[in-house]
Amino acid sequence: METAVIERSACADSVLLNDWHVVADLSALNSERPFETRLLGTDLLIHGAGDRVRIERKCDSGPVQISKKYGFLWACLGDPDRDILHIPEAFETDRFIVTGGSIAVGVSGLRAVENFLDMGHFPFVHTGWLGEEPHTEVPSYKVEITDQDEVLATQCRFFQPVASPTASGGIMANYEYKVSRPYTVALYKTNPVHPDRMDYIALFVQPVDEEHCIAHPLLCYLKDNTNEAELRWFMQLIFAQDKPILENQLPKRLPLDPRAETPIRADASSVFYRRWLRHHNITYGAITAPQ
Amino acid sequence: MGNTMLEAAQHQWHPIASSEELEYRHTFHGQLLGREFAVWRADDGNVNVWENRCLHRGVRLSIGINDGTELTCQYHGWRYANRTAGCTYIPAHPADSPARTICNRTYPAVERYGLVWSGEAPQGDPPGVALLDGTDVLSLRPIPVNADLETVHRQLTAYVFQPNEGLDGAKAAVSVETSGDLSIGLSSVSGDCKTQAVFFLQPVDSDRTVIRGVLAGMPAHKAQLDVLHHHNERLSALRERCEAEASQLPQPEKLQPVIQPVSEELAGMPEQSTSGRNADLRVKIARKWSTAEGIAGFELVSIDGQLPTFQPGAHIDVHLPNGLVRQYSVTNGPGETQSYKIGVKREPDSAGGSQCLHDDVREGDVLAISEPRNNFPLRRDAVKTLLIAGGIGVTPILSMAQALYHTGLDFELHYFAQDDSHLAFPDILETLGDSLHTHLGLDPEETEQCLEGLLADYQPAMHLYVCGPGPMLETTRHTADRLGWPDQAVHFEYFKNTHEIDDSTSFEIALSRSVMTLQVPAGTTIMDVLRDNGVSVPSSCEQGACGTCVATVLEGEPDHQDVYLSETEKKRGDRIMTCVSRSKSARLVLDI
Ligand code: FES
Ligand SMILES: [Fe+2]
Repeated sequence: METAVIERSACADSVLLNDWHVVADLSALNSERPFETRLLGTDLLIHGAGDRVRIERKCDSGPVQISKKYGFLWACLGDPDRDILHIPEAFETDRFIVTGGSIAVGVSGLRAVENFLDMGHFPFVHTGWLGEEPHTEVPSYKVEITDQDEVLATQCRFFQPVASPTASGGIMANYEYKVSRPYTVALYKTNPVHPDRMDYIALFVQPVDEEHCIAHPLLCYLKDNTNEAELRWFMQLIFAQDKPILENQLPKRLPLDPRAETPIRADASSVFYRRWLRHHNITYGAITAPQ
Repeated sequence: MGNTMLEAAQHQWHPIASSEELEYRHTFHGQLLGREFAVWRADDGNVNVWENRCLHRGVRLSIGINDGTELTCQYHGWRYANRTAGCTYIPAHPADSPARTICNRTYPAVERYGLVWSGEAPQGDPPGVALLDGTDVLSLRPIPVNADLETVHRQLTAYVFQPNEGLDGAKAAVSVETSGDLSIGLSSVSGDCKTQAVFFLQPVDSDRTVIRGVLAGMPAHKAQLDVLHHHNERLSALRERCEAEASQLPQPEKLQPVIQPVSEELAGMPEQSTSGRNADLRVKIARKWSTAEGIAGFELVSIDGQLPTFQPGAHIDVHLPNGLVRQYSVTNGPGETQSYKIGVKREPDSAGGSQCLHDDVREGDVLAISEPRNNFPLRRDAVKTLLIAGGIGVTPILSMAQALYHTGLDFELHYFAQDDSHLAFPDILETLGDSLHTHLGLDPEETEQCLEGLLADYQPAMHLYVCGPGPMLETTRHTADRLGWPDQAVHFEYFKNTHEIDDSTSFEIALSRSVMTLQVPAGTTIMDVLRDNGVSVPSSCEQGACGTCVATVLEGEPDHQDVYLSETEKKRGDRIMTCVSRSKSARLVLDI
């Protein structure tokens, strides 16, 4: 019998080591007890809260760079090559900026990103909220790699039974998706009250290890149509629905070999995403394609 | 477990579930040598053992929904058929005609001794166990043990249990009757009582084994629970011993069974189909019912807005989940615009269109259909209209009859069928009152005689509409011709073109409006050549029966091979069905 051994080596992808990752929601920290987490297979202890936060590695004394932004604590295990992603929407004053939906999922973070890009599962996994049978069709949309080297899907449309936490009645919702870093994805969605403006959700996925992640959503929603408590509730509901499905994906890491799974036209964004990961030689959380 | 033993285990049969574990409409998670299975019993009794991965995104099918005929994946609702494990429906593309066979990997399944046997690549038949043959058996509750096969095997040879009839008797003497790599037969004797048992070992993974015990002989009903309880206790104790022993051993490497890659063809994303058959509408099957022997009725409702208007005689193209496109007439009466109702006869020897609709498609499904097209229009200026229908040919005729009935026009509907049970849409027929005449169980000769009577006195401004099986249609047309019906008064619709198409000629077509001259080689249709050159041609049946792909001929002599045009129309030579017909002249000028 052929057997392949899962290697649980440390992360070797410098792109990831030298990038910033969310490791905690700042509101979840307290100064009494250290907060334990793990990033790219490295166990971390977060001490303190508020202004006095410090991160140490559990097993060695190597450095950890830290930063705070958008209500999250960020860490970099190497030397940061670039800044934390700039999100203009997070600075617009007519939006609620909401965190508090962080959720641990037993699957590769790359699978979690791919799920975030996927409209086809709405009627089945988010029944009654983001989709509903028989409105199952995913109309064709456009995907491209932008000049900034992002995966961008535009002209995405999907039937949504509930337009937003406060709306009633179904609409065709418009979406745009953007993957800007291997573990960072965002969506823009037409606001039901201001059709000329878009609500924004970023998902910062913390690669705990190759087969575990914590998804940290950041919502920047126009204030007009909702309130923070409802947004948080809605976001938690949606992610809680995804979790059991994602944890039943086999294998847990994202296969980059095109022959590992069967894409359909609705999966165009994931086809681009996987190709883009291959192109950037991302291996952490992936099963690389045979050469 | 040694590598050779693993190698051997791959080619052996193993129990992976007990028959009882496959409850009604349940999906069971099985595992063997590190490989996971989705195991489910269909309502027809068939046991399916499949790779536990949806081919789409790898979600475990063991969390899928067993509806008795198909297993539906929870993530995107892909459906896989009983037995074949072929994907029958992809909800994200209800219009797609995926010309691809997406099929999950299946493993053999045999039920024996109350257990379901399977394996990676088992050879021969599942093992016969002499101890258990020819007697009733009782299977014990499966006992999962966190220990490797060898440890469990060793412990089981020392397993002590009481015979069924002597649970409280003197301590039994237990001896090993048979011992193989994967099973141990034991015999327990206490006083006069004796019970034999076989314990099968299911190597779930390198560090996990399930014990599946089977007792030879069924204890008296009342004693069964006590017997099960007895073994449960003793085997649980055995499990603890095994686990204690295994924890002293080095942790074995987990098995990583290789998952076969999908075919090259499936790995690419299919392009949107570019055929000229449009499928702009999405409809949901609101109702599916049996309307007559072998005929299913389907009521299709729009999922987004109003359905377009149909006219009596119109048909729609239905794009089936299996990639086929089929035409069905709308049976609706006037004003029934909330849904389209169609009737589908099961054709046992068809390419699978009607079978797919009968067996795979169900209420709640979404289908892609074309707008209704009417190539069989009904005139409303006749002094009297004769409608003649044979079998399933009644569907367009029903729509016509209701239209005529509601406008108070004089008509008769003559419906030929095998017997009462074959009369489709009795609910509609009932509304037609005295206009309906059924002719049941006639043989071809009797049918011809009957038609002769019906067509006997042609009057000007009478019209005849006929739809039914080919031979009946021919007979009707000839009879009408013989009895003086002019060609223009005889309207017909064939289900299909049964004539053999001769496509051996080659010729040139000139397109007058797009100013193009193109070659049509042998083996290629005019329609294909037009489409290859970017000229869009609407089509539906693509076999010369429905009339959708018609083009006007300006010059040249068409070689008609369709069954749509009447003889007069064919002689006129000014129209051509581009899907099958060709040219007798070297050059044909089309008004395209
Ligand atoms: S993973 Fe099964 S339908 Fe998509
Ligand atoms: Fe989701």
